[in-house]
Amino acid sequence: MLKYTLRRILGMIPMLFLISVVVFTLALAMPGDPFSGEIDPNNTDPEYIEEMREKLGLNDPLHIQYARWISNFVQGDFGESTRYKMEVSDLIAERLPNTVLLGATSLVITYILAFAMGMYAGRKPYTLGDHFIGGFNYFGLAIPSYIAGVFAIYIFSFQLGWIPFQGSVDITVEKGTLEYWLSRLHHVITPAIVLGLLNIASYTQFLRNDIIENSRKDFVRTARAKGTPEGKIYNRHILRNSIIPLITFLGFDIVNLVNGAIITEAIFTYPGIGQLFLNSVMNQDYPVLMTLTMMFSFLVLVGNLIADILYGVVDPRIRLD
Amino acid sequence: MNITINNENSMTAKTKSKKNLLEVKHLKTYYPVKGGFFRRTIGHVKAVDNVSFEIRKGETFGLVGESGCGKSTTGRTILRLLSPTEGQIIFDGNDITNLSGNKLREARKDFQMVFQDPYASLNPMQMVGDIIGEPIKNFYPGKQKKEIKEEVMDLIFRVGLPSDAYYKYAHEFSGGQRQRIGIARALALKPKLIVADEPVSALDVSVQSQVLNLLKELQDEFDLTYLFIAHDLSVVKHMSDRIGVMYLGNLIEVADKHSIYDEPLHPYTQALISAIPEPDPDRKKERIVLQGDVPSPSNPPSGCPFHTRCPMAKEACSEIKPKLKEVKPDHRVACILYD
Repeated sequence: MLKYTLRRILGMIPMLFLISVVVFTLALAMPGDPFSGEIDPNNTDPEYIEEMREKLGLNDPLHIQYARWISNFVQGDFGESTRYKMEVSDLIAERLPNTVLLGATSLVITYILAFAMGMYAGRKPYTLGDHFIGGFNYFGLAIPSYIAGVFAIYIFSFQLGWIPFQGSVDITVEKGTLEYWLSRLHHVITPAIVLGLLNIASYTQFLRNDIIENSRKDFVRTARAKGTPEGKIYNRHILRNSIIPLITFLGFDIVNLVNGAIITEAIFTYPGIGQLFLNSVMNQDYPVLMTLTMMFSFLVLVGNLIADILYGVVDPRIRLD
Repeated sequence: MNITINNENSMTAKTKSKKNLLEVKHLKTYYPVKGGFFRRTIGHVKAVDNVSFEIRKGETFGLVGESGCGKSTTGRTILRLLSPTEGQIIFDGNDITNLSGNKLREARKDFQMVFQDPYASLNPMQMVGDIIGEPIKNFYPGKQKKEIKEEVMDLIFRVGLPSDAYYKYAHEFSGGQRQRIGIARALALKPKLIVADEPVSALDVSVQSQVLNLLKELQDEFDLTYLFIAHDLSVVKHMSDRIGVMYLGNLIEVADKHSIYDEPLHPYTQALISAIPEPDPDRKKERIVLQGDVPSPSNPPSGCPFHTRCPMAKEACSEIKPKLKEVKPDHRVACILYD
């Protein structure tokens, strides 16, 4: 297992190199350049502009520009945000906990709801309860998160006043107190549900179908024949087999959550990585944009690796080496 | 100490006490056929249609017949893995036909099954020790882990598995070894009856005889009664004391194995016996080749189920459904030829 993991991590290096080339090229292909954020906007003297271009290295050949960026990048110097005028790493570090909280809450909600609904529907398929759950889930699948988000804000925030419609915390509470954390939770819960809606639906249906499929298998009949109580048959014999496909989703979830967070955070004006990414695109904040894109790509690779390793952990028939 | 007692018991078993361990009376198992827009029941597949027989303590009762004749359904209904549509199953003096829930679960202690497919019938997520030990845990929740493990190790040893099997998974074993796991699992509760549903048909011919001999040895050792379901006639002959022949959900002939093989009475049984391959190429024998196909069990023919293919069919065969009756001592047949 360790050997496999190390080999996979080594295999990521060329992949990341290729991704960095693509990210760099795409950034170049975007309209405008990082330049506009770096100079004094009131000084339009062409000589001054040319001087600054030379100074910032924008006149260098592309491969030298790339080499400069990547060598700084691997050393942990991601550059300075052209808009916020602060280190990109600090900027991300400031926003990241919010997104992690959002993603983790979303995952927990997804798992609790999906397992509860999926296990019920799988155990009692084709009943009223199962159809109700199925209907709810297809509803969740069909509604895009930006629509669901807007409706959630309108209903729960404007009409019912249950939840705040923006931000990550009430600014009046003192940091570190219990109230502060409750306020954070209060802010994060609705975006987390909206973000998890799609996952809840697909997890539930996956789990339900897998439970139904497994409950018809021979080894379940064996378990019944040896006098295993019905509850144990479902919770042990079937569930342990049905969980395998779900576990592998966990890796991809990390990616999905970040991607989904871009839209959800924008709608709820929740100050996380997703919102930062969107703003960096709008403001042509190249260092932030490129760093975040690299980060997302890296997460995809890590997510896939986690999925593969988990496969080997949960399924004794699969040996990784 | 246990072993010596068991051996004595098996002696009495072999002398054939006439006590019945299992009685099956007019058993019917129908599968509903659903169709139409509202998925209503539009018919029934009559997998088991009025079958009656009994199994005596200590004997092996063989059930033969071609694919789809209802052998496995009969076996599973007897163990109440399926619910009978009609009829009665009396096990060791108790009616188990209508048991459900915990009472049924409690009763399962005494009858276990060895399944046909050793690849699919073992949970891939469980270690062999857990597969074999789980029935003990189910019925004796107070038992110490160590005690259970000792019992499991003993079973592993008895069925001839390597001693390191305990911590392995089922997929790490070959087909024959997997079937040994299945047998050990069935034995774990020391049941009175074991239904072996084609226990060797999924195995290599070279491994078949090993598993069959193991079953025979264990029968002596644990004083077991077998319901042995198979379609391989020579295997059934090797294993059984008495044999029942099924055709299209009906039991058409029941007798001890020598009567069945030496003087089969029912035309279908005669055809079956004539189909056994002869190892000696010089010996010529008459083969009865049946015409046509097995009729559909959802729409069985009127009268005798076999009359559509019977070489000796008469007009009356399509009208009267013959009942199983004793023609000779301990030899019952369902055919109007013997009325």
